[in-house]
Amino acid sequence: MLKINNLHARVEDKEILRGINLTVNAGEVHAIMGPNGSGKSTLAAVIAGKEEFEITEGEIFLEGENLEDNSPEDRAHKGIFLSFQYPVEIPGVSVTNFMKTAINESRKAKGLEDMPAKDMLKLIREKSEMLEIDRKFLSRSLNEGFSGGEKKRNEIFQMAMLEPKLAILDETDSGLDIDALRIVANGVNKLKSKDNAVIVITHYQRLLEYIVPDFVHVLHNGKIVKSGTKDLALELEEKGYDWLKQETVI
Amino acid sequence: MAYTEEELKKELETKEYEYGFYTDIESDTFPNGLNEEIVIAISKKKEEPEWMTLWRLESFKIWKEMVEPEWANVKYKKPDFQAISYYSAPNKKPKYDSLDEVDPELLDTFKKLGISLDEQKKLAGVAVDIVMDSVSVATTFKKTLAEKGIIFCSISEAIKEHSELVKKYIGSVVPQKDNFYAALNSAVFSDGSFCYIPKGVRCPMELSTYFRINQAGTGQFERTLVIADEGSYVSYLEGCTAPSRDENQLHAAVVELIALDGAEIKYSTVQNWFPGNKEGLGGVFNFVTKRGLCEKNAKISWTQVETGSAVTWKYPSCILKGDNSIGEFYSIAVTNNYQQADTGTKMIHLGKNTRSTIISKGISAGKSQNSYRGLVQVNSRADNARNFSQCDSLLMGNECGAHTFPYIEVKNKTAQIEHEATTSKIGEDQIFYCNQRGINTEKAIALIVNGFSKEVLNKLPMEFAVEAQKLLEISLEGSVG
Repeated sequence: MLKINNLHARVEDKEILRGINLTVNAGEVHAIMGPNGSGKSTLAAVIAGKEEFEITEGEIFLEGENLEDNSPEDRAHKGIFLSFQYPVEIPGVSVTNFMKTAINESRKAKGLEDMPAKDMLKLIREKSEMLEIDRKFLSRSLNEGFSGGEKKRNEIFQMAMLEPKLAILDETDSGLDIDALRIVANGVNKLKSKDNAVIVITHYQRLLEYIVPDFVHVLHNGKIVKSGTKDLALELEEKGYDWLKQETVI
Repeated sequence: MAYTEEELKKELETKEYEYGFYTDIESDTFPNGLNEEIVIAISKKKEEPEWMTLWRLESFKIWKEMVEPEWANVKYKKPDFQAISYYSAPNKKPKYDSLDEVDPELLDTFKKLGISLDEQKKLAGVAVDIVMDSVSVATTFKKTLAEKGIIFCSISEAIKEHSELVKKYIGSVVPQKDNFYAALNSAVFSDGSFCYIPKGVRCPMELSTYFRINQAGTGQFERTLVIADEGSYVSYLEGCTAPSRDENQLHAAVVELIALDGAEIKYSTVQNWFPGNKEGLGGVFNFVTKRGLCEKNAKISWTQVETGSAVTWKYPSCILKGDNSIGEFYSIAVTNNYQQADTGTKMIHLGKNTRSTIISKGISAGKSQNSYRGLVQVNSRADNARNFSQCDSLLMGNECGAHTFPYIEVKNKTAQIEHEATTSKIGEDQIFYCNQRGINTEKAIALIVNGFSKEVLNKLPMEFAVEAQKLLEISLEGSVG
């Protein structure tokens, strides 16, 4: 599904990713953990194609295809979805209207007609029920005045609507209370299949109790310094990141 | 949408051949310059009664004494008023009662312009009075309107056939001496629309006029007069497109609305005059005076979507003379490249319990300058007057400007005035968020801009709202790269 080779990226003069290697296969859930400033969010943004970051070395492949020349929207059309850590507000644009535009733009890129209104409504009803989203919520302006939890739930709702191949959840657990966390995690679990993959970026092990990863990677100073199974997350929870930092300082 | 200004221009050039405009053009276009003789000649050409000729001459006299205003936040090369021809008619064509009589090729041109009369008719039963250059070419639905006693015709026709009404109201809201451009218009106006809704009548359809400039170097001086008699209602739509020209074209229109006791007028405009090219050359100068008078319990609502013109100077206003009268102003002004807009409104509260609402949305891109200028005035006798104003500006890129000049003059202690203003910028984060959901940058901007403008777009009649939305997209194409 996703293959990253020796990826180096920087913003202005600051190198943030310093040789990332990562392979994610269909059907897998990977967790990326690490202290603040280790490059987790940058990695997510670079995979999604944010232009602010310059890739100085290495490649990203999605299903064997080099993404180098793909714009963020192309990548989205190919099935990459990023659940933002800080979703932006778009005043005056309803959640429904935004989703309709996003879905139809992706369809257009694939040479398909707009989704018939009837199907769109059905899809919205189905997915909002799954994520226990109040219908009134869908007519509100995108993220405007949303609570932290609402914003995150809205991100997962969009993921459910767009049915991506590769979903990257960037600190989706931050700002969620335990009930919201459970709903969001349930949603992600329901969307998981043998044909798609999920990368969960998180600080804490808490979310991983609900979304159980097949692999856990620890990012530090722009590199993956340790990989393991879900037990690694538990170990991190217990010992913190310092022991890893010390190991890698050498 | 792919229909470019250049193609349009070519189309119109060939049209001139097809219709034999060349043979008639010389006799129907006056020599450049302005003096009393020209004013008299215009009046004569239009077979006007003497009072009208005198009114024009009086206006001309006033205009000569006036100077062009300079207070607006716009910079441009002042037009040479002696280098303009003040009258031009496309042709001495007969007038049409129905579309069937209109040359199919002409209709075809309108269709390409996106002004499909057929579609309009089917969509909403719109009666369209097309002003091509200065003379009305086609008027439709006249009969349906006539049955209700509604008069909807060109102002020239009204001057001849409804002389008393015109005489009574013309200049009553925008006096000749009101301002430089209004005085000029009063002297030389070539044509425009007239509308009268009788007492208690609700106009059954949206009235619409499309204006175009299609002859190089011809200024347009439109005059519109809408009178809604007691307890009547009318919704009037005005839309403009203009083909590309290298030289600047002057457009100085006057619109007067009169809402008598309990009447309501909704006046919507989509303005898309040629804005000049990307280097800021050419484009229409749009100096418009629009004002409405509200008698007791009357309501006037201005809605405008301004995307065109190189320079816009326009303040649709309401004089809330009658008690309990209501004035509204909803505006979207888009400027791109080198466009300059100084636009807003005046709400003059004279009567008791008068209310006004101002919602202004300015969108600036490229190297453009966009100013909101508004006056809320509450006079001493206007007890319990209320106003709410909201002025929002959206900036795209780092080279454009947004300015707000709100003036508030209150002479009555019971007045309640609220003013809110915001300035925001389309952020890269917003664009990236949309991109990540598969929405390309151009579409993302359209989405954000439409969201920003929604409160105003919602005020437009349905078929206009769709057109306006498209126009916003087209106007901002390539503004973020």
